[in-house]
Amino acid sequence: MRRTNLSAVALAAGTLAVASALTSCSSDVPTGEANPGTSTSAAKTGDAQSKFFEQAEYDKQLALRNKTPQGPADRPWEQMFDPQMVQTDKYKKSGGLHLCFSNAGVFNPWRQVGLKNIRAEVSQHKEITEFTVFDGQGKDDKQISDIQELTGKGCDALIVSPNTTATLTPAVTSACGKLPVIVFDRGVDTDCPVTFINPIGGYAYGATAAEFLVQKVKPGGKILALRISPGVDVLENRWSAAKLAFDKAGLKVADVQFTEGDTAKTKSIVADAIQRSGGVDGVWMDAGATSVAAVEAFEDAGRDVPPITGEDQQDFLKVWKDKKLTAIAPTYPTFQWRTPIIAALRILAGQPVPKEWKLPQPTITEQNLGQYYKPNMPPLHYAMCGCENLPGFPQAWGGK
Amino acid sequence: MTALAVDIRREGLRRALQAGAPVYLLLAALLVAIAVADPGFFEPDRLLAFAKRSAPLVILAAGQYLVIVSGGYDLSVGSLVTVGVVVAAETFNEFPGAPWPAVVALLLAGGALVGLANGLIVAVLRVPSFIATLGMMLILEGAVFYWTQGSPHGSLPEDFRALGRGNAVGSLPWAVVICLAVGTATVLLMRAAFGRTLLATGDNERAAALAGVRVARIRLAVFTLSGLAAAIAAVLVGGFSGISAQAGRGDEFEAITAVVLGGAALGGGAGSVVAAMAGAFSLQALFTLLNLHGVSGALESTVQGLIVIAAVWLGAVNWSRVRRRPATTTPRGEA
Repeated sequence: MRRTNLSAVALAAGTLAVASALTSCSSDVPTGEANPGTSTSAAKTGDAQSKFFEQAEYDKQLALRNKTPQGPADRPWEQMFDPQMVQTDKYKKSGGLHLCFSNAGVFNPWRQVGLKNIRAEVSQHKEITEFTVFDGQGKDDKQISDIQELTGKGCDALIVSPNTTATLTPAVTSACGKLPVIVFDRGVDTDCPVTFINPIGGYAYGATAAEFLVQKVKPGGKILALRISPGVDVLENRWSAAKLAFDKAGLKVADVQFTEGDTAKTKSIVADAIQRSGGVDGVWMDAGATSVAAVEAFEDAGRDVPPITGEDQQDFLKVWKDKKLTAIAPTYPTFQWRTPIIAALRILAGQPVPKEWKLPQPTITEQNLGQYYKPNMPPLHYAMCGCENLPGFPQAWGGK
Repeated sequence: MTALAVDIRREGLRRALQAGAPVYLLLAALLVAIAVADPGFFEPDRLLAFAKRSAPLVILAAGQYLVIVSGGYDLSVGSLVTVGVVVAAETFNEFPGAPWPAVVALLLAGGALVGLANGLIVAVLRVPSFIATLGMMLILEGAVFYWTQGSPHGSLPEDFRALGRGNAVGSLPWAVVICLAVGTATVLLMRAAFGRTLLATGDNERAAALAGVRVARIRLAVFTLSGLAAAIAAVLVGGFSGISAQAGRGDEFEAITAVVLGGAALGGGAGSVVAAMAGAFSLQALFTLLNLHGVSGALESTVQGLIVIAAVWLGAVNWSRVRRRPATTTPRGEA
């Protein structure tokens, strides 16, 4: 077993002070496969409905799941829900374009795939003559100085994937005054960016996974909920939506445990849970990185794997297919990394873009599993990358 | 006469403390507490599963014990475990179908080499081991991140993973067999002349050197062995839970905690390796107990920190009482 190192604990303690300021703005700010250690938020477990829960946003996200987005169905990264377009004539520019990107970091496989997507998207467009990427390395202070430096580099547009919401807001605000800014993935507390790109969100993710278990697990069955860590807004949102679904359906959440994204710890927790209190009838996970470890724990204990939720990482899809699991994989799609480039090109061409660009958030089910499982891709590749037609695929993504 | 009897009893107590008796009591208490919380825990299969998941930490504790008892620390073992897992995955990625014994051999050689480098820095460059291995930890952590960008490539094939996941015979896991082998080897090593020179070096380096111990060689040997232990742990961790860029995170502090729990004096010169390994089991039992009671993972660090302080403090208190009191009550001084 492993735990967060001491500096992470110190960081968490230090951020408690600003936590209350953050929570009010958290629900529309998905963090995806965020490294929990670098996300600021209150250290609080999500039992009962936490202060992270916002009914209006919850209702909105759940409703969006059943809507059809506008735009080409075969290019979900260009689709949008309920767009409220803004005019961009004033940003119109001709000639070679210099796009700049301040990235929060590439500290997990999700962001690795995303970075490959955005680079490949750039390479498709001849009009982009220069693409400058600064890596924030998961540090707010590094990213703040990155943004400041990029605003003086002659960029035509600045794309920002913020490391944390509140801390990066002033830097983004000041950049907005100098050039068009596009924010995606996590948000900022200002509407000064020309567009903010993000998928439906954490409530929809958590609810989709939970509703699947509600269907597949017999009433009164015991659910084991595995969460990465408390206090990260998007993860809290995923869990609070799931808990609502379980409570409504009368499924018993036997245990909520924090894995810290650690496979060995996940395996130990699941192994203990299997043996205790009459077993486990369903496993809900707030992120897919450790789903395979959970599956293995059942195998190693000689038990059947109960209905389980994961994400679109290839290792989980492989196990799902090979072992014929009863599973579902909601996603936080990495194809959203393509959208900022498309948005930048539209803005610099003077075409309107939505103020908030809400992308679809597809779910992998038994029916479409075959379409997303790709044996030639590496185990930590995210299937929902929308990268199959991009230049360099599959080699650039580690595939064969 | 009564004073003498008390002396003898105290001497016995001191020996018992030195040999780590409290850790066995602690382990027993923890196991009882687990049994209360979860009566099924003592079924053979589950007990073996517990031993299997404890094995990497027990092996790390054995390696760390050798370093601590000879007067040093090895903070690099956790990141060495991570490096081992990542290197194994990348090797299988580069050479699909590589025979697993070759990859295991590569890891063991690499671990020993990193350990040797630690030893050279400590013994030849005379950098204190705490700083030397802290530096090595940072170097390895940075290298892994640079190499993998937080997301290692490749995967570990089933035959390699069997060492950490599968069973040797019946329901006896390989990890338990390997753990027993490492434990036995370490005990034999400590019983041999090498063990006594280790203790002597840790107790008083200068005196040991004057008595003919080649201190530099001892340092090289213990750090190499600790690196080797970390490589073995990496094979087991990688097998148990698969590929991860944070496989060994925090393992160095768990290993040190385990050794301290086992009663080894920080700074060297005293302690028992079996007690150190029992300390590793106790720590794992404690984490299991915390899990059973639903205590959040974040608190585990807090508990671990309290334990280290308490264990060292208790050790110090007992030592001074046992040693000083006879000195004031009997003019002849210590027994």
